[in-house]
Amino acid sequence: MQTETLTQPLEKTNSKIITLKINGVETQISLKPWVSLLDCLREYLDLTGTKKGCDHGQCGACTVLCDGKRILSCLTLAVMKDGSEITTIEGIATGNGLHPLQKAFIEHDAFQCGYCTPGQICSAIGMFNEGKAKTEADVKELMSGNLCRCGANTNIINAIMEVKNGGDHE
Amino acid sequence: MNDFNFYQSKAPVDAIQEISSLENAKYIAGGTNLIDLLKYNLLTVEELVDVNHLKSESVKELENGAVLLDAFSTNADTAYHPIIEDRYPLLSKAILAGASAQIRNMATNGGNLLQRTRCYYFYDANTPCNKREPGSGCSAINGYNRNMAILGTSESCIAVFPSDMCIALSALNATVNVSGPDGERKIDFTDFHRLPGDRPHLDNNLQPNELITGIELPEKGFVSNYSYLKLRDRNSYAFALVSVATAMDLEDDLIKDIRIALGGVAHKPWRVKAAEDFLIGKTATRDNFAAAAEMIIEGATSYEFNSFKIELAKRAIIRNCLMALHPETQLPGAQPSA
Ligand SMILES: Cc1cc2nc3c(=O)[nH]c(=O)nc-3n(C[C@H](O)[C@H](O)[C@H](O)COP(=O)(O)OP(=O)(O)OC[C@H]3O[C@@H](n4cnc5c(N)ncnc54)[C@H](O)[C@@H]3O)c2cc1C
Ligand code: SF4
Ligand code: FES
Ligand code: FES
Repeated sequence: MQTETLTQPLEKTNSKIITLKINGVETQISLKPWVSLLDCLREYLDLTGTKKGCDHGQCGACTVLCDGKRILSCLTLAVMKDGSEITTIEGIATGNGLHPLQKAFIEHDAFQCGYCTPGQICSAIGMFNEGKAKTEADVKELMSGNLCRCGANTNIINAIMEVKNGGDHE
Repeated sequence: MNDFNFYQSKAPVDAIQEISSLENAKYIAGGTNLIDLLKYNLLTVEELVDVNHLKSESVKELENGAVLLDAFSTNADTAYHPIIEDRYPLLSKAILAGASAQIRNMATNGGNLLQRTRCYYFYDANTPCNKREPGSGCSAINGYNRNMAILGTSESCIAVFPSDMCIALSALNATVNVSGPDGERKIDFTDFHRLPGDRPHLDNNLQPNELITGIELPEKGFVSNYSYLKLRDRNSYAFALVSVATAMDLEDDLIKDIRIALGGVAHKPWRVKAAEDFLIGKTATRDNFAAAAEMIIEGATSYEFNSFKIELAKRAIIRNCLMALHPETQLPGAQPSA
């Protein structure tokens, strides 16, 4: 064993100050470039609604909206999003009322453990914004980046379809 | 991930200059592949040079009838662009068959061409892998090689190139525009990616620090007869075991022009000109497609767990060429038509 391993590696003085507008609130934060947007939200800003599942882009649990588009917060660096508007599950409900999707998820029993739910809801809102889902088959395909380990998928799709057909997703 | 610096570049020349001044830096675009590799410590960098701000119009029609895809625009913006949906539907379908909506919103066109293989052993730093560590050996050849290549392999590496978009770009005879320390050049799509040979650590023929700035599509987009079929372990959000892009130009029943490109079978998108030439002037029948499939798969070699791919690829070619006769029956996610 070499003695060098006992000394801490020199820390680079490379933190960046970035501004993110998160759920309508402008937030300045100083971060190392390697901090993912997901860790920035959860560990630095205490916004723990966004979940970390795989941390490698494979499950969709970390989905947030960035400038209105759904992205995976685990596969992006916070510094890359300097100046962007981020919406997390904490910013979905308006005033005292739940978002129609949140209501539909409750009505349709669209979750069991609830771990995938924030990502599912942000992803569905992103899908509505994209305007490309016409049929239920499209919805299934376009929601396929969000996995549910509890197997609530059928009810999730039902909840989304109800809101889609009800037209109150805007 | 190791600690690194971050530089937001403002123009292609600026990005190239910055990266050329460093020992060990990388461009970062969507980050969907690079950040994953950094997280697994398969890669360490001194600095990331962010190229996202170089983004301009995602799709542009050029004077000569060709169309230019911006390298820094996202896969989603490209696939859903009206010009791509109308004039290059094969490309649109192939992009939409890849990854998930979230990833396509992040992944860029340039980054898609440079994504690395999904070979499990490449991703597992505890195993030998010539692509990750030249000279260390290949764990896949005698390992669990179900996903691996059947064409163009070498003793050094049997990995496949995982992109969907690139299979369509190959069929469309695209050209890659690059800019580097020595100026600009264009690379034919067939010459962009390379076979493993004895240097599998090189995925393509890009020179160090070269930046992809655009992808050019020739005027001919095959709007009437095309299909992209992607066969995989689950119907969505998985890499291809075998995929086929067919672009066909028919006059009555006769094939005037045809391109067949395969994904999931080799280190690069796979095309066999002799098979395409054989079909030109013939009728669009199952028998003719079957004969072409034999020519495309000729010389295939399989390993312990992937011999099924040889028959699968032949059937996929035939099926997809038939599907190209009725592109309107294609299901979302490049699933087989009903
Ligand atoms: C879970 C998961 C599933 C996926 N499934 C599929 C799938 O089914 N089909 C599929 O095709 N893909 C799939 N992908 C891969 C995805 O499409 C690629 O990761 C993506 O296209 C890479 O683009 P990017 O912009 O994010 O690249 P980055 O990760 O930013 O970069 C990738 C590489 O390209 C270099 N680079 C980026 N832009 C340029 C440029 N302009 N010039 C020079 N170098 C550049 C970077 O330095 C890096 O080495 C999947 C990815 C994930 C995480
Ligand atoms: S197939 Fe290629 S990428 Fe996979 S272990 Fe062998 S050398 Fe590495
Ligand atoms: S935590 Fe980001 S996709 Fe799984
Ligand atoms: S409800 Fe448990 S993971 Fe979806």
